[in-house]
Amino acid sequence: MNMSDSLHATTVHLTGTDGADIEAYLATPDGEERRGGVVVIHHLPGYDRATKEMVRRFAELGYDALCPNLYSRQAPGADPSDAAAAVRAAGGIPDEQLVADVETAAAHLRGLPRSNGKVGVIGHCSGGRHAVLAACHADLDAVVDCYGAFVTGTPAADYPLNVTNLVPLLPQLRAPLLGLFGKNDKFPSQDHVAELDEILTAGGKPHTFFSYDDAGHAFFSVDRPSYSVKAANDGWERIETFFADHLGA
Amino acid sequence: MCTYITVTTDVEGSAKGPGGKWFRVTDAAAYYDHPVHAMAEHTLNVDLTDPSAGPGQRIALELTASSAQRLIDTIQQALDAAPDELKVG
Repeated sequence: MNMSDSLHATTVHLTGTDGADIEAYLATPDGEERRGGVVVIHHLPGYDRATKEMVRRFAELGYDALCPNLYSRQAPGADPSDAAAAVRAAGGIPDEQLVADVETAAAHLRGLPRSNGKVGVIGHCSGGRHAVLAACHADLDAVVDCYGAFVTGTPAADYPLNVTNLVPLLPQLRAPLLGLFGKNDKFPSQDHVAELDEILTAGGKPHTFFSYDDAGHAFFSVDRPSYSVKAANDGWERIETFFADHLGA
Repeated sequence: MCTYITVTTDVEGSAKGPGGKWFRVTDAAAYYDHPVHAMAEHTLNVDLTDPSAGPGQRIALELTASSAQRLIDTIQQALDAAPDELKVG
């Protein structure tokens, strides 16, 4: 736990495994204590203000936190919403690229001077799916999936999706998972959540899920009508506890 | 949810864009997903763009589903009302 709430936040540049320049937002607590790291995966609408606020919150909680701009290659320096639109029109980002960029971010966090070597990952919405995807490949110590759609569940045959579910990859999940969901959400629905619970239980994968009454999708989003103060406050407390358990010094 | 669905087409025309300047639009994308600005969980979003001029060369619309349907109907009425011989291009 950060003993003061002083922190430093800045833009850094990472070099991707393909050599690409990746802009990233880094927030670090002031102070000398050893600490874990958190990779924050931004949602489909991009590398935006709300996501950067979360990055700073993790630093306030005592973690080095880093959010790579997943759209750095396609739209460097662009307004987040313009970048998201451009990437979307171009077909989105490949899963392999996401995994590589999370690995790059995790390596950067582990190389920071006060790192304790542990790194977790968190994502919301599309980032929730991305967080689980990353944890099926990368060396991570904890993963938080906030209402990621298409971790489980099969889209209808005529549904023009560029994503697949992660069911075939779940046996590879390498980190304990905290899942936070809204009971009124349709994607992921409570059936999707139950399916994920069953698969992980059968596979002996440690996981803890909470589904909130009176909450739908995107209940953490403070700047959207879907925000639920009750679910979000409880969810943040559970994230704090989960990361303290798995990323603590 | 993020629907991930995106439908695109090429277009020919102009739009008044960033900085109040007109530009030629070449591409359009439509998708039903989370808006950036509209006060709704999901909206029908339309981007009219000129990708050759960078991601910022874009007109963005975020309309509720019923609003989007009314706009479609309105556009259709306007097109239907125009004589065929004027519809060139």
